[in-house]
Amino acid sequence: MFESLDPTLLARIQFAFTISFHILFPAFTIGLASWLAVIEWRWLRTGNQIYADVYRMWVKIFAVTFGMGVVSGVVMAFQFGTNWSRFADAGGNVLGPLLGYEVLTAFFLEASFLGVMLFGWNRVSPKMHFASTVIVAAGTLISAFWILSANSWMQTPQGFRVGQNGLLYPTSWLEIIFNPSFPFRLVHMVTAAYLTTAFTVAGIGAYYLWRQRHVQHARVMFGMAMIMAIFVAPMQGVFGDLQGLNTLEHQPAKVAAMEGLWETRRGAPLVLFGWPDQEAETTKYAIEIPGLSSLILTHDLDGEVKGLKEWPADERPPVAVVFWAFRLMVGIGVLMIATGVIAIVLYLRKRLFDTRWFQYWCMALTPTGFIAVLAGWFVTEVGRQPWIVQGLLRTSDATSPVMGASVAISLTAFVIVYGFVFGAGSYYILKLIGKGPAGDPEAYGDHGVEKPPIVTDLTGEKGGLHV
Amino acid sequence: MFSFESLVDLPLIWYGLIATAIFLYVLLDGFDLGVGILFPFAPTDRCRDRMMNSIAPFWDGNETWLILGGGGLLAAFPLAYAVIMPALYIPLIIMLLGLIFRGVAFEFRFKATGKSRRIWDGAFHFGSLVAAFMQGVIIGAIVQGIEVEGRTYAGGSFGWLDAYSAMTGVAVVFGYTLLGGTWLVMKTDGETQVWARKSASYVIGYVAIFLAIVSISMPIMNPEIRMRWFSVPNFFFLLPIPTASLIMLIIIWRDLHTGREYRPFLLSFGVFLTGYIGIAISMWPYIVPFEITFRQAAAAPESQSLLLVGTAIMLPLILLYVGYCYYLFRGKASHESAY
Repeated sequence: MFESLDPTLLARIQFAFTISFHILFPAFTIGLASWLAVIEWRWLRTGNQIYADVYRMWVKIFAVTFGMGVVSGVVMAFQFGTNWSRFADAGGNVLGPLLGYEVLTAFFLEASFLGVMLFGWNRVSPKMHFASTVIVAAGTLISAFWILSANSWMQTPQGFRVGQNGLLYPTSWLEIIFNPSFPFRLVHMVTAAYLTTAFTVAGIGAYYLWRQRHVQHARVMFGMAMIMAIFVAPMQGVFGDLQGLNTLEHQPAKVAAMEGLWETRRGAPLVLFGWPDQEAETTKYAIEIPGLSSLILTHDLDGEVKGLKEWPADERPPVAVVFWAFRLMVGIGVLMIATGVIAIVLYLRKRLFDTRWFQYWCMALTPTGFIAVLAGWFVTEVGRQPWIVQGLLRTSDATSPVMGASVAISLTAFVIVYGFVFGAGSYYILKLIGKGPAGDPEAYGDHGVEKPPIVTDLTGEKGGLHV
Repeated sequence: MFSFESLVDLPLIWYGLIATAIFLYVLLDGFDLGVGILFPFAPTDRCRDRMMNSIAPFWDGNETWLILGGGGLLAAFPLAYAVIMPALYIPLIIMLLGLIFRGVAFEFRFKATGKSRRIWDGAFHFGSLVAAFMQGVIIGAIVQGIEVEGRTYAGGSFGWLDAYSAMTGVAVVFGYTLLGGTWLVMKTDGETQVWARKSASYVIGYVAIFLAIVSISMPIMNPEIRMRWFSVPNFFFLLPIPTASLIMLIIIWRDLHTGREYRPFLLSFGVFLTGYIGIAISMWPYIVPFEITFRQAAAAPESQSLLLVGTAIMLPLILLYVGYCYYLFRGKASHESAY
């Protein structure tokens, strides 16, 4: 049966699966690290115990998430070789140094100071501890810088030449690192990470408010999250629009797939919903708003927008995935902006913290940041197909000489292991949320942070072999 | 476009840097994987808590050297990366899965209560054991040579699997156990230390045996390696390496019985260093034995130059703050949950 397996498709599914899992963790920890830095700063400034409690609750969630991010990230460092070796060979000259810089400037920083952040309470001064939090937060952002630069280069490659042997050689590092789509993608993704964290924190804050538990702590969480919803969610709308325009300039086929447009035309309609049919080269059952697509993309009601038929069939991305993932992402974005608007109204009416239906609303939105991040990545990555490096190297020419059977087995193993391990991780995070910020004798005893946080393990006396 | 091609021997520098990164990985993750291997054999749960705490602040940074080794190989020798990774597909994936289980165990174990903690004890132990064994298998497969055609791996899915690579797998498990045991001698006291001493001196004999097997078998298997080690005058120049190894093993064994706390660990580093240098001498100048030399696999000089700038600035800084972290968490580990 294994002969019939397509190694390229399997390798794509495995990469999509492992990186989709992985991105959930950085998407959360990028925002969480920055937020923890703000919380600790507020605590140092005000001396308010509430902030300390909030910090110590969330730093544990951060640790669990970060740990899962590390182990799923190590996998990524190897997959370029195990599954995409011809891509690694051809593109290594260009992309290798960017990934090398990510390790040198970010990973060591994060890993080392995370240790101080988690275990250094009684060993460093509060200022040094705060510095460690800031350094970890900076590390997450530096990491995002390099990896998004590398990814953006695959979308909008420049600053290289193709050698006689078919390998790519760098000609300008500045052009490579600051390739055209990079600034937009960096801002869009980091903002997405911040919003993901904000809506997770908002949902959990809303849960405490709804249950009338840890109300003071919940007000800090919920209030700060709402500030993000009010100010940052609309900004993300602008950033997303800018990235869309950038994509139109450099990867118009992707935009055509996002819009579900097949024919090149002036006054192109905005397809709200429909069913893109790759075979029939049309979007069925389309509900359209005339001229709006031209208006959004060209800022002119009569502007020309290219349709998918501009490209040969073997250079078009899978339209339905891109089309629907884009609608999912935008839809969530609209809900987030709406949350900010509602929050302003409730705040002005002094009902922000005790409006019950809004607490349900925010609890329902808790996971939406993650969904939007995944949907966004599906838009940009599937939208780049059939290319692994836009216009240069096809995905089907990039795979390793590894048997389909090996990939099928490794993919199965990843699904099982990730399901188990990250299922358990989610369970422990939910337990931490259930426990809440205050009254946490198991982890901290009745000690303040000045003293060593101590717990004596009662099971420790039993002894004996196990496992 | 800047390039240091005309100033320095870039491929050689990078060969040295990648070799150093991989060696640091072997040493640093070696001791914390070794702690994981020893884990279930500890006399009490209290000991196990201390063992875990002794490495909890470091494991993440230690594993980062593996990412540097992988990422650095891609950056500096993309061809080697593109050949070795598919060749070792299955052992690499199994190693990564092992590292996942042991990595999450650090966080999950202290969150888990009652019976479910046993699951993560098991994940920590077996994850460490499997990762260590697979790393040994990978070394064994590489030193036996990798089939290459053109610019790609030409062997099958199981080209890495034979009795020899299984033997090197077991050898690495014992080697890491020695590192882990001597680490625990240094970082713990009381009953944990007593037990760690016993465990370390128990495995040291196996380490010596496996070192001997590898040292003898590699020249037997490959005439080129035989020439390198056993021709005159090479033999006399190289003799100090195995001799040093043997002397250090004897001193460690004595130290373990005379109560020294730091030296066994440092000398275990030394044993690994001599072993590593020995393998490096045998493999020189190949990066994919015995098909592709490090010069053939080198990335474009511009690529190696760019990363060299970053490495020259960042590596001393990294060593500085990694050193700071080890200094910060110096002394004996307690069994108490630290956060």
